[in-house]
Amino acid sequence: MIPASAFFYVAAALFVLGVLAFFVKKDLLTQFMAVEVMLNAGNLAFLALAKALGKAEGQVIVLFVITVAAAEAVIGLAIIVLVFRQRRSVQTDDLRDLRG
Amino acid sequence: MAWAVFICLTVLCIGSVLAMIVSRNQAHNALFLVLSFSSLGGIFGLLDAPFAAVVQVLVYAGAIMVLFLFAIMMFNLKRNPPGGRRMLRIVLTGGLGLVLLAELIVAGRKALSGGAAAAPSRDPAVLGQLLFTDHLYAFEITSLLILAALVGALAVAGRKEGT
Repeated sequence: MIPASAFFYVAAALFVLGVLAFFVKKDLLTQFMAVEVMLNAGNLAFLALAKALGKAEGQVIVLFVITVAAAEAVIGLAIIVLVFRQRRSVQTDDLRDLRG
Repeated sequence: MAWAVFICLTVLCIGSVLAMIVSRNQAHNALFLVLSFSSLGGIFGLLDAPFAAVVQVLVYAGAIMVLFLFAIMMFNLKRNPPGGRRMLRIVLTGGLGLVLLAELIVAGRKALSGGAAAAPSRDPAVLGQLLFTDHLYAFEITSLLILAALVGALAVAGRKEGT
């Protein structure tokens, strides 16, 4: 029997890795993938807490998070495609108009 | 037995995210993420959430990552030039990550300190009942959100080039 806390610590590690990937990587697509990793870590934490507290609501919330993540991926990728069309690049180093 | 499966899936999941951080090829990154999300679906199954596990594999490892691969196909894959001041960035990010991890572990200890409760039902019928009674408004709003995302993506990226 695996305790729910083990799952929660895996979720914490996964979230931190997502944050790490977001800051270390320098192209928009991979940074967007890192955001997906963070969302998944959140899902895992919801499920671990649902099991620890004996409530099925956590699983319902996970379904909502997955749906919203799908919508978010569609919009985000559309924006990245638009940026690529205008700049011919998805590197964040090339997008420094606001730097003055 | 359950521990062995759990450890295998965890190593696979976290290892492929690490590989994603190290690798510089965007297509490889997306495929590593497919592996990571699939093994995360297995972990969901271990948590008595079979429905969430199936949805995770179908929607995340299937639909969303295929979308990413299509987007990668549209861009020409060039080698990312090694950025300057990479070391400084990694050190700063590592510090931030350690602080965040400590915070999450402290929060988790507080949240999980209560005694073990009865496991929730793993029957998808219970889930459906909750979804269509207590959370009906959220469900309907979600369907509206998906429609808005569809129309919005078409409006943003569906235009012909040069118009």
